[in-house]
Amino acid sequence: MSEQHVESRPLEYQSEQGRLNILGFWIFLAAELALFATLFATYAVLFGRTAGAPEPGELFEAKDTLIMTFLLLTSSFTCGIAIHEMRRGARNSLMTWLVITLILGFCFLGFEVNEFATYVQEGATLQSSAFWSGFFILAGTHGLHVTLGTVWMICLLIQLGQRGITKITSRKVFIIGLYWHFLDVVWIFIFTSVYLIGMVM
Amino acid sequence: MKLDEFFVTGEPLIYGGMVAIVLVTSAIIFILTYFKKWKWLWQEWLTTVDHKKIGIMYILSALAMLFRGGMDALMMRAQLAVPNWNFLNAQHYNEIFTTHGTVMIIFMAMPFLIGLMNIVVPLQIGARDFAFPFVNAISFWSFFFGAMLFNISFVIGGSPDAGWTSYTPLAGAAMSPGPGENFYLLGLQLAGIGTLATGINLMVTILKMRAPGMKMFQMPIFTWSSLITCFIIIFAFPILTIALALLTIDRIFGSQFFTLTGEGLPMMWANLFWMWGHPEVYIVILPAFGIFSEVISTFAHKRLFGYNAMVWSIIIIAGLSFLVWVHHFFTMGAGAFVNSVFSVSTMLIAVPTGVKIFNWLGTLYKSKIEFSTAMLWALAFVPSFVIGGVTGVMLGMASADYQFHNSYFLIAHFHYVLIAGTVFACFAGLTYWYPKMFGLKLNERLGKWAFWFFLIGFHVCFLPQYFIGWDGMPRRIFYIMPEWFTLNFISTIGAFGMGIGFAIFIYNVYYSYRYSPREETGDAWGGRTLEWATPTPVPPYNFATLPEVHQLDAFMEMKEKGETTFEEKKLQPIHMPNNSGKPFIMMLILFFASFALVFEWIPLAAIFLAGGFIMMIIRSFDYDEGYHISVAEIKRLERERRGLDHE
Ligand code: HEM
Ligand SMILES: [Cu+2]
Repeated sequence: MSEQHVESRPLEYQSEQGRLNILGFWIFLAAELALFATLFATYAVLFGRTAGAPEPGELFEAKDTLIMTFLLLTSSFTCGIAIHEMRRGARNSLMTWLVITLILGFCFLGFEVNEFATYVQEGATLQSSAFWSGFFILAGTHGLHVTLGTVWMICLLIQLGQRGITKITSRKVFIIGLYWHFLDVVWIFIFTSVYLIGMVM
Repeated sequence: MKLDEFFVTGEPLIYGGMVAIVLVTSAIIFILTYFKKWKWLWQEWLTTVDHKKIGIMYILSALAMLFRGGMDALMMRAQLAVPNWNFLNAQHYNEIFTTHGTVMIIFMAMPFLIGLMNIVVPLQIGARDFAFPFVNAISFWSFFFGAMLFNISFVIGGSPDAGWTSYTPLAGAAMSPGPGENFYLLGLQLAGIGTLATGINLMVTILKMRAPGMKMFQMPIFTWSSLITCFIIIFAFPILTIALALLTIDRIFGSQFFTLTGEGLPMMWANLFWMWGHPEVYIVILPAFGIFSEVISTFAHKRLFGYNAMVWSIIIIAGLSFLVWVHHFFTMGAGAFVNSVFSVSTMLIAVPTGVKIFNWLGTLYKSKIEFSTAMLWALAFVPSFVIGGVTGVMLGMASADYQFHNSYFLIAHFHYVLIAGTVFACFAGLTYWYPKMFGLKLNERLGKWAFWFFLIGFHVCFLPQYFIGWDGMPRRIFYIMPEWFTLNFISTIGAFGMGIGFAIFIYNVYYSYRYSPREETGDAWGGRTLEWATPTPVPPYNFATLPEVHQLDAFMEMKEKGETTFEEKKLQPIHMPNNSGKPFIMMLILFFASFALVFEWIPLAAIFLAGGFIMMIIRSFDYDEGYHISVAEIKRLERERRGLDHE
């Protein structure tokens, strides 16, 4: 690859290490895909095995899950804008959009915690049946990923404040962008195959 | 908790083990202190990010694990040698076959091969290092501490005893209370992080860091097999991660995935386990195929016959490996249709495997074979592996498997494939690349003694087991009936023969260190691939100048054209990563977290887990830029290692 060519690419791709890290992260996402696929399969196999605990249809709430979906999809969008601002080299704007993304992420988590707490009160816990174990671990693993993503984003915000947009920070921000969109995609699957189907059946 | 619940008590053999551990540990501490080597150990090894040193540590640990797994095997065989013997009691026997299988697959075979890949793959593709050297160190320490966690179980807390497959409900909290099973779950989990990371790391390395000009279909075959292995790792290990996590949560936090209460599904464990477990056997066999291909083509002094067919058959095997897992439990009762589908897919694997056998034979055909030790291992592999493969096809016939399942026929089958495939390959690969690693050859005469003892011992040990299986002896029993005596006794003799072979191999390492002449050229065997283009010991940056590649067997071409990887005029400063203690510390903290979780000390585990995350955050803020090796320093190192005079 000629230098000319490299210079014309986005900042995060300009260093050798940047290109390696981004490819590595894509492959990591493939592994994450296998991980979530396993959880989805487990959930599907255990579907309906509620052992006397409440049925999913009794507990799942269309309103709350729709709000959660809206929050997460919007956060994916704001995260996209953040990357766009990074490409323009506008640090303050980049950081603002990341903070907005972060706040949306926190709201999402708030709803999820609230949702889990409600279910537990209604008698559907991790321990109550195979189905609910499958549900809590699938949704919980996604929630845990979101939580890690927020901690990670805070670290990156600090680094952007300290160093500005460099080859290294831009690479890191780009990668968390990939991660965030990935979580969004996984959520869409959870929304349709867990909540929608759970409410219908 | 009382102390006698914490330490395992009441077994003379285990007291012996404790004494041995204390003695060896004190001896190591004494030697390191006496020779003032602590600093050296920390700076040269514990903090290294150099792929060659990490590879050596992998191989050393794997050899230690082979010793441990081998001791387990010998104890089992001793117990089974004669009827009515009480060398081991039933409980102890259960623990030993569990740890034997787990240690051999997870902590011996895989790390040994990953160690060889670590050393060889970057050299074969003309790269200076892994794509992510820091992550590579994390991988090693995660494997190392995972193995340690698993291994201390026999003196602290008690070993797992539900078999290396840990089938539920037997392995669940209700039927296997206590820490043993937790050691299994968390030890594998900890080591699994590293395996997945290695898979990603190596894949990026191979895809992105090949020498200028090297196309995919010009990569050495061992590199190809490593790449495909990485692919399997990336899609199979997450399944294991989830399976282990679910069972851990079942056991510690009372969820109902695999339980008999709460409508859990114990059979789901078997499915998840083997959806990882079957691809896993290809994770340990494909690199072995790669090693044999390299060794055979080097010592037949011929280009590998049917290179393209070799590559494609590896790819096809990898794909099929995900589609056959049910053959491990045809007897589950899934029904004739499901069994037939998996029966056919299983037999399909024999086709690409057969292609490879013919490729090896084709390479040997009309060639001038040099019978070096490494080549002997490769030659012995071919027929032995065929026996294992043919009996595998027999097991793959679902209807026949109702007879063979869980009998000694099965034991014989998987040892034929695992030992003749993986273990022979580890020995062949170590012998072959030893000069590259240490700058000296292993002694050939001792190497051949080790080979013959091990080979003959192997067949004497496992061939009779096919017949014991037909005689109806099931696996995982600790007491044999009188009519099974003769074949079992022969089998035990063979096992000890293998033990002697292994001992000679280890002695050879010591003997060669003392007496073998230094290997100066770097090209110890007349090699064909780029790893032989570097001087020995390989300098930290591998290649002073990167070679241009135009064909398969790139080093042959360089030799013909009189090129080297040390073009003084083209030298430039080389960028290198700094050493770091963080991988070691991070994994040590996670080791403590896992240990606490094994005993279900939840708050303590949470504290250590938080410590692990803090380490990751610290790493995120660490902008280590590495350093450069100057041209003068490169010149000095290359001249010294290539035996060139100073100007
Ligand atoms: C000295 C060489 C070895 C001997 C004598 C030996 C012997 C045995 C025996 C007797 C068993 C049966 C235990 C039982 O079910 O009652 C066994 C199981 C097993 N061995 Fe080996 N073994 C040897 C080497 C290896 C190696 C090198 C590997 C792997 C690379 C290996 C992998 C396994 C596995 C996976 C099992 C199954 C354990 C289970 O399902 O419970 N063995 N071995
Ligand atoms: Cu299999």
